[in-house]
Amino acid sequence: MTTATTPRDAVPGQLAGEPLLKVRDLTVTFASRGRRAVRAVDGIDLDVAAGSTVGIVGESGSGKSVTSLAALGLLGKRGVQISGSVHFDGADLLNMPDDELRAVRGKEIAMIFQDPMSSLNPVLTIGRQITEILVRHRGLSKQEARDEAASLLQSVGIGDSVRRLRSFPHQLSGGMRQRVMIAMALACAPRLLIADEPTTALDVTISAQILELLRTLVAETQTALVLITHDLGVVAGLCDTVHVMYSGRIVESAPRRPLFAAPEHPYTNGLLASVPRLDQPRGIPLLPIPGSPSDTLPWAQGCAFSPRCTRREDDCLGGPPPLAPVGHPAHLLRCMHPVPTGERRV
Amino acid sequence: MLKFAVRRLLLLVPILLGLSILVFLFVRALPGGPETALLGERLTPERAAAVRAAYGLDRPVHEQYVSYMGKVARFDLGVSIQTQRPVSEEIGRRFPATVELATMAMLFALVVGIPLGFVAGRRPGSWIDNASTVGSLLGIAIPVFALGFLLKYLFAVRLGWLPTDGRQDVTLTTEHPTGFFVLDGVLTGDLPAAWDALKHLVLPAIALGTIPLAIITRITRAAVQETINEDFVRTAEAKGMTKSIVTRRHILRNAMLPVVTIVGLQTGLLLSGAILTETVFAFGGMGSFMASALFSRDFPVIQGGILFLAVVFVVVNLIVDISYGFIDPRVRAS
Repeated sequence: MTTATTPRDAVPGQLAGEPLLKVRDLTVTFASRGRRAVRAVDGIDLDVAAGSTVGIVGESGSGKSVTSLAALGLLGKRGVQISGSVHFDGADLLNMPDDELRAVRGKEIAMIFQDPMSSLNPVLTIGRQITEILVRHRGLSKQEARDEAASLLQSVGIGDSVRRLRSFPHQLSGGMRQRVMIAMALACAPRLLIADEPTTALDVTISAQILELLRTLVAETQTALVLITHDLGVVAGLCDTVHVMYSGRIVESAPRRPLFAAPEHPYTNGLLASVPRLDQPRGIPLLPIPGSPSDTLPWAQGCAFSPRCTRREDDCLGGPPPLAPVGHPAHLLRCMHPVPTGERRV
Repeated sequence: MLKFAVRRLLLLVPILLGLSILVFLFVRALPGGPETALLGERLTPERAAAVRAAYGLDRPVHEQYVSYMGKVARFDLGVSIQTQRPVSEEIGRRFPATVELATMAMLFALVVGIPLGFVAGRRPGSWIDNASTVGSLLGIAIPVFALGFLLKYLFAVRLGWLPTDGRQDVTLTTEHPTGFFVLDGVLTGDLPAAWDALKHLVLPAIALGTIPLAIITRITRAAVQETINEDFVRTAEAKGMTKSIVTRRHILRNAMLPVVTIVGLQTGLLLSGAILTETVFAFGGMGSFMASALFSRDFPVIQGGILFLAVVFVVVNLIVDISYGFIDPRVRAS
């Protein structure tokens, strides 16, 4: 725990020491034989300070999940090319031998996935799936692990935990299963938790409970959290820093307040405008972003969002715009024609 | 669980009733009857009529059926026309051989097929995957008797490693309390006899096990390929579990579910006898027994044998279904 005392609302770039997770120029290309290579992640830089919460926002296919899976070596090897660097607490994750990486995963860095229905092994009891990680990483005996698993279930709000340990996943509801996933993820007190769309498969009330649970737990345990989502509302309640991804690149990145107060990128602005709001009169039509994520341009030819962008001009097609600071030093933007204050739909 | 088993066993009643009617009519629809086989060249219309009368075959079919089923209900399968011994006793002498052969064949298919299918499924497109695909197709395509003769020629005749046929060396005089020759050798402390019986099983088991082997390999491959892409396997990887735990606990256990079903069906088939394999290796099991009964129109043996095998088939599949519940908790619940 080198930087466990870092203030929670710290901003990347203002830290004295190295960030806990440092991603530089991460590029992931899927190239299976006979098909066109797809660059899912295209040069991502990302810093996560110890104890901080970082949101990665984007539509399906923007490369947000692939970024985290690639960083943890969970993408497999066939047909996947990864370049760039990922350092966790100074250790190079991308070039780490498999067995060392397995010792880091689950212990130092834990992950929660989108679909709790399919993310748990259907033929093993909940207890078995929680104890196996305790036995593996914390060297507990079977009995110690059972006791610990029961108290973990308690801590994620599952009552009657001793009996629940004997349940199989299909006997639990979706929200319960996601609680089990969280219990598993926090079993070894990891320093970094990556939550990949943790509430997408859940209904709204359960989703709010799960987010609240995540918020309390990471705050209590000083765990850094990377929250991957397509839902800006989720990020707004939880994250210190937000990165907006589009077509494999970060297009805007800022601390929460400036981002929500002044979204500069037309895409971010569009995302915010498409969220229904309670404080507006009923009957006002929602404002979707025109087009679909498949109407994209290779970054080499210009801004990938330009085919869908209402503010597009000719200079948008002159190669990738740089990611440069605007206003606030930690507010980075990849856009030639940011949205002026008067036209922001927030 | 008990309720389930009882219900399944009760289902046997209609199955056996229907089957018995079919078999009863079927054997009687065949040209010729037991008298042809019994009398041979001495066949005259008078003698034939006498034989038919002696076995009650001159009575109306429904009368024959009712009296037969009356006996079956008391577990009496009648007497073989050829050997004049009770059918149940004849089955009792052959069935252990079939069980031995089927067990060995299935063991061979499992021990080779599951690892092969697993490796092929983990590395689709690799040389071992392609080799297993070609091998499986060959295994299904090659006729069992051709493979049997090939194996026999190679390993028994040319190399002399294994015996050519039979269940035991003819010079051995051993006791057979159970009829399972390998088990008998072990039980009576006659280990050389057990070893000899085991050696007699190797070639027929390989010949017979090839088709189940091919099927199990294919099913395992498909199941593993599907399972490794499951979210829960990614979860196990994300938890940092060791490779061997991910493989055994998370991939294999789930991939085995469809394999268990197919193993059950195949075991049922193997237990109903293997006419070709038993003939090639002169292995006196249910298959060759039933075949010869069919040729000599030994009605009681055909009828009793088929009913017996139907019971075996249903019981084996019941066992599989019950064991399925132990592997897959979702089945247990419903």
